[in-house]
Amino acid sequence: MDDKIPQAAPRPSATFDEYTNSEIRRAASTGIYDIRGSGAKRKLPHFDDLLFLGASISRYPLEGYRERCGTEVTLGDRFAKKPLELKIPITIAGMSFGSLSGQAKEALGRGANLAGTSTTTGDGGMTPEERGHSKLLVYQYLPSRYGMNPDDLRKADAIEVVVGQGAKPGGGGMLLGQKINDRVAAMRSLPKGIDQRSACRHPDWTGPDDLEIKILELREITNWEKPIFVKIGGSRPYYDTALAVKSGADVIVLDGMQGGTAATQNVFIEHVGQPTLACIRPAVKALQELDMHRKVQIIVSGGIRNGADVAKAMALGADAVSIGSAALIAMGDNDPFYEEEYRKLGTTAGSYDAWHLGKDPAGITTQDPELASRLDPEKAGRRLANYLKVMTLEAQTIARACGKNHVHNLEPEDLVALTVESAAMAQVPLAGTSWVPGQGY
Amino acid sequence: MNSLDFSTLGLRAINQKLQSLDPGTNEREWTITNPMGQHAIACGLTAPISVTVDGHAGFYCAGMNQNAEVTINGHAGVGVAENMMSGIVRIKGNASQAAGATAHGGLLIIEGDASSRCGISMKGIDIVVGGSVGHMSGFMAQLGHMVICGDAGEALGDSIYEAKLFVAGSVESLGADCIEKEMTAEHEKTLADLLEKAQINKDAKLFRRYGSARTLYNFDIDQADAY
Repeated sequence: MDDKIPQAAPRPSATFDEYTNSEIRRAASTGIYDIRGSGAKRKLPHFDDLLFLGASISRYPLEGYRERCGTEVTLGDRFAKKPLELKIPITIAGMSFGSLSGQAKEALGRGANLAGTSTTTGDGGMTPEERGHSKLLVYQYLPSRYGMNPDDLRKADAIEVVVGQGAKPGGGGMLLGQKINDRVAAMRSLPKGIDQRSACRHPDWTGPDDLEIKILELREITNWEKPIFVKIGGSRPYYDTALAVKSGADVIVLDGMQGGTAATQNVFIEHVGQPTLACIRPAVKALQELDMHRKVQIIVSGGIRNGADVAKAMALGADAVSIGSAALIAMGDNDPFYEEEYRKLGTTAGSYDAWHLGKDPAGITTQDPELASRLDPEKAGRRLANYLKVMTLEAQTIARACGKNHVHNLEPEDLVALTVESAAMAQVPLAGTSWVPGQGY
Repeated sequence: MNSLDFSTLGLRAINQKLQSLDPGTNEREWTITNPMGQHAIACGLTAPISVTVDGHAGFYCAGMNQNAEVTINGHAGVGVAENMMSGIVRIKGNASQAAGATAHGGLLIIEGDASSRCGISMKGIDIVVGGSVGHMSGFMAQLGHMVICGDAGEALGDSIYEAKLFVAGSVESLGADCIEKEMTAEHEKTLADLLEKAQINKDAKLFRRYGSARTLYNFDIDQADAY
């Protein structure tokens, strides 16, 4: 027997963990807060914490590939003369030309076209290439109004008034000087190479009463043809949804904190807003109380990754979902194929989020012509379309197993939760019990 | 002269009529009577016509205007001529907040006073104000000119980019990164031309010029206390 005194193993602090300490050292060294792209990376209650029950003796399922399970969705038929008709309930979220290369925007349009869905502009305006390659294009109306003009407004298939986004509810945009080439600068009416900070509030309206008048103006300018979406970040979904409906929105876009951004402060992304899972039921409740559920459609975004997520969002009351980060991954973002180059940038495939610096090896979040040329818009569009179709098939598979002939017929009753937290947020029973936390025993 | 009575026709019919006019139309003179302070009057016009709003207008009158010349014989509500691309909008009275917000081009003339945030995020428009402007006017102003014949409220030109501001009266305070700049002969000429176009009788020599110090163009932690 060794008579040395046993030593306890070195114990890292759970509070001051490796990442936290590295961030303290980084801040102390640079004097600048950490800016990055993407959405919340912390572990959050999410759709993975929910399970479908499937059919049983009390429910009967539909035959896979034999019995119809609809996926089409109409967006914006409350007031608009020309609502959007989508084949699938998955749309492409707003991402700007500027944050993304022209090739990447083209690929998003191509992929959306093949799958029968819409894509969305971003902060910076509409490019002719994007309009040309997108059969259904939603035009974002943002606080900065960069590139905003009535001709493009009339060319759009829908208008999305952006009040907030999940990664930074209450925050504006940021496009650092490295990505501001001549074209991006001209579209935004600003000098080349400067940091472009987008305002967090709209310049000419504040509050729901003003928003109602703003929506009236947009409808008047576009002959009441275009559906008007209102996009909100996941902070107070019950009230924001009710106020957007009151203001005259045709469609609500609800973005939880896992939703990505081109660039903002890490502290903002990780500490402001609510998880997507926590946002859906309060928003749907607001619609139901106003007798507007399925009349004003709700699109949920923020961490949608597969058909199960789509089906779960639908079951909780969404009419459609929207993807951003997942679409970029489908096109090649963070692909291990570029691992060597990611390592040179001090990161690794799967963790790369310095989208604001414009050095994306995959050629997506960049304005560098050499990097951007790496992305073939046709191939990337095809990959995106494949991915959208797989997600749709997955959602249909689940819906049929639950006996639904349309994905919209999925309902909370089809779900149980694996954790107390997710049960409380989704307002469905904890698995194996009839207990819905927050609703008594 | 064609007359459209708002009290009988309503907003949609009037806007639809004016928006549908062909650029080559011979019907170039229009008057909207009884506007009653309603919103979004004469927005989204594209033809080179002349429209007189004979009374007060609410929010977003002449919003996103292209080519048309709109005159408001009264006061204007929030966001008059917001995001205007071209043309002329003249307000005989005063204008509420955010006049000319984010506008890319054209000429906005406010013969009276303008409230706060006049010219916010302006992107190329020229604005001439016969009277004074409220606080935060020229906030994040990107391009274009704003001429203020009276006084400017606090935080003029906060976070301004490349827009040029001219003030004849007093400035309560300047916003972050906004400084007084040299008035060259070229600036004086530009200013005099704008006053002439606006038909506002004021000596260009009475004005001082303000613009961006450009210290906030690229993020620097040592400038963080500017806010």
